[in-house]
Order: sequence, then structure tokens, then C-alpha cells
Amino acid sequence: MSNPADLKYSKSHEWVRVEGDEATVGITAFAQDSLGDITYVEAPAVDDTVSAEGECGSIESVKAASDLVSPVSGTVVAVNEALESAPEVINKDPYGEGWIFRVKVSELSGDLMDAAAYDAFCEQEGH
Amino acid sequence: MADILNTPLTAWHESHGAKMAPFAGWNMPIQYEGILAEHKHTRESASVFDICHMGEFIISGPGVKEALMKAVSHSLAELAPGRCRYGFILNEHGGVIDDCIIYNLDNDSYMVVVNAACADIDFKTLSSRLAGFSCEDISAQTAKIDLQGPKSVEIMEAFLGENLHDLPYFAFRDTTWQGKPLKVSRTGYTGELGYELYIDSASALDLWEGLLKDERVKPAGLGARDTLRMEAGLCLYGHELDTEHTPVEAGLGVMMKSQADYVGKAGLATVRERLLPLEVEGRRAPRHGDKLALNGEEVGRITSGTFAPSLGKAIAFAWVRADKAEETAFTIVTPRAKLAAHVTTLPFYKKGTARTKLNPAK
Repeated sequence: MSNPADLKYSKSHEWVRVEGDEATVGITAFAQDSLGDITYVEAPAVDDTVSAEGECGSIESVKAASDLVSPVSGTVVAVNEALESAPEVINKDPYGEGWIFRVKVSELSGDLMDAAAYDAFCEQEGH
Repeated sequence: MADILNTPLTAWHESHGAKMAPFAGWNMPIQYEGILAEHKHTRESASVFDICHMGEFIISGPGVKEALMKAVSHSLAELAPGRCRYGFILNEHGGVIDDCIIYNLDNDSYMVVVNAACADIDFKTLSSRLAGFSCEDISAQTAKIDLQGPKSVEIMEAFLGENLHDLPYFAFRDTTWQGKPLKVSRTGYTGELGYELYIDSASALDLWEGLLKDERVKPAGLGARDTLRMEAGLCLYGHELDTEHTPVEAGLGVMMKSQADYVGKAGLATVRERLLPLEVEGRRAPRHGDKLALNGEEVGRITSGTFAPSLGKAIAFAWVRADKAEETAFTIVTPRAKLAAHVTTLPFYKKGTARTKLNPAK
């Protein structure tokens, strides 16, 4: 599994890509692999306020359901509407087409990892 | 905690990238490639499933038919050798100890195929109800592999080099493969045309790998087995069937045709709850244990729920209080949401090929 070096990662397996004052959020390759085939995504709505480390939605797969935890605080500016009818995109491309929402950031979670630290974290969780 | 059991194919699953998980005390493959892909492949081509965890008993002795008909709900009076039937082992109150398929081997001997989780209690129950007859547990030396999917008849015929078009639904035949006895039963748990194969455990891996040499065949795990059986509207013991409910309550009353005075028969008259098939609005799936509400009042609970891959929406079974069983719309209360659901008809997926009539003259 290859976790992109330009992203930050949370212990609850979300990724965040910060660009200027905006950030894009999704779930990691490890998360989608653990969940299996994703069948439903409950994302926050545009203009919702999300807070770092707060629950902001959920992801369901054929066999499981999991909370979506925001790695940033801020206001939601965009949501990936393609996931409504094709949530399996997250399985195919978790770091690209499978992005979930974009936020105008007020604050990042203080508990995020870089790719190397996250690789090691997954290694531990996987065993 | 008891040691987890392995099937003769466990090592194969692990070396082929399966996600493994405990099921009924057995270390079983949940998925290989992915549940949705395996589900689709089964509906369109054919898949093999490792079902070696299930239990098999041989019940035999002169006159055993009459005794067996009092021990189980199956209507065996007219079941000819070479045919098999679905039914139940009931407790005295009509509750379901297990559901099982019974094979008439030769009128004086029958094979009973049971759920892994219930095998011990089933064997004790049947042995005690059939005192004086031989009850043999052949589970350890018997491997069960299912080949399921619309292409399985062509695949199986090519594999065995014999015609199977003359084997109707719920019929079976003893044949040989590579000199080994093989029982081929036209039954299954996916809603698709297919076969359940019984062979000596020592030959299980050869049979499994042999079937997979056909490029139309892929392995499928218990994950896809569950979504397939749900869409086919088939009950799963421990979910839709349990000792607290009768088969009549579970909507299977039409199967209760046996004229014999079998254990539990009197209990079938009592209906406290009814099992309803529900179609949910949207893709979000209810799960076992979620509550069912009607105008804010709790009137039942979900036994199984899943996203139905072939339907593109969520489906569920639920127990509903008998006095509310005529209602047509309910609200499902999950820990995350309230879902609107309406009562539908079984099977959920109506294009299954399981009952396809093959032309025996082929």
C-alpha cells in the first residue's frame, strides 16, 4: 500500500490534503481495504461546520459501518456528489476520485501523522 | 475459548489472499477479490464456495423413515430415493433447533445436512429421538463444496464428463470423480442454478482446484454467500430462524405438509410474530438487531439486513408483532439513522436461475 507523501493522516484513517486555506478529506487505502466494498457514504453538507476529531458522517460497506471523523475544523465548501450513486469509487481510488469533502480550514487536528508515521501505524494495526 | 477449526481448504484460502474470520467456530474465508465482485460473478457465471464447516449425518436402519418423520418436520412419505427436501428439527414448542436438508439415500438410510453452529445439538437431538436406529456423524470425513451460478450445469457436465440435465431441482446422484465417490446435489443457497458437492475430505482440495481450472469459475466467500442468500429470500439460522420462533412465523408454513405427528407440530398453531421481507429506501443497510417502529411505537426488530448488490438498494428481514404484520410500511431505527421501509414479496431478487428447468433430453 502506498500512502501519498503530500498528505496528513489521522489515527481513525482519514487523510487530509491542505492547499492554501482549504483542505480535502477522504479515507485511506487501509480504511477502505478494512471496510471492504463501500455501499453508502454519509458526508457532511456544504456550509456545515465540522470540528477536528469530531464525527461528521459515516461510511458503510456490505459488512460494516464506520464513523467518519473530521481531521480538520472549518466550514464545508464542497462535497463529492459522485459518491451518492457510486460510493465504490472510494475502494478504487481513495486518494483521488474518492475524496469525500472539502473544507475552508480554521484549524487542523493536532494529532495528524505524515505518510511514514502512518505507514508504521497501519503496520501495527494490521497485526 | 475452544480452538478454531480449519476446513481442508483453509490453507488454500489463506495462500490465495482471502480475508478470513471465525464463523460458527470455523476459520472461514469471508472474501477473496471482494464481496460485490464475487456476488456478481455468481449471478453471471459460477463460483465455488467452501462449505466444509456444515455437518452431515447418516441415519439408517430398517424402517427408519417412519421414525425420522416423527423426529423432523420434513415430509418424507413420498420423497423418493435420489431426492432431497428442506425442513426443520423442531423443539416441543415448534421452535426451530435447526433447518436442514434430508437426502433419501435408499429409503432405509438418509443423509441429514445441518448448520455448523447447530451440529452438536442436532446430533444429540436426532440420536435421542431415533433410539434403536443408527446415527452416524460423518462431518469430519465429509467435505462440502458448492458450485453456484447460471453456468454451473455446463461447467459441471464438462468437469464430470456426464449429462446433468436430467437432474432436477432438489435431486441428487452418486457418481465418481477420479475414482472417488462424489455426491452431486442440485441444490444451493444463492438463488442460482447450482450444485452442492459432497466428497471425502481427503479429496476436497483436488476437487476445489479441479473446479477452479475452468476459467468460468472463481472462489467466493461467506460474504457473498450472505448477500446472495438474502436477495434469494432464504433464511439463515440464528437470524431468521431460532428456537423462539416457528417456521410458520418465519413465513415457511407452506412447507409444513408432513402428515406425521412430528415433534413440535402442535406449537405451529401459535403465532406471536411474523417475519416480513422489507425493501429499504436508499442504499443504507439496516443490521441485525436494529429496531422496527410503526408510528413511533417499537413493533419488531431486524434479523438480517444488507445492501443488495443486484438490486442497488438495501433489503432486510424483520420480526414484527403478529397484530402489526398486515402493515405495509415501517421505520427502521438504526444507531445512525431512521430508514423508511416497505413490505415486499420474496424473493427480493426475482431473476435467479435456481429453479430453471433443464431439458433432460439435451
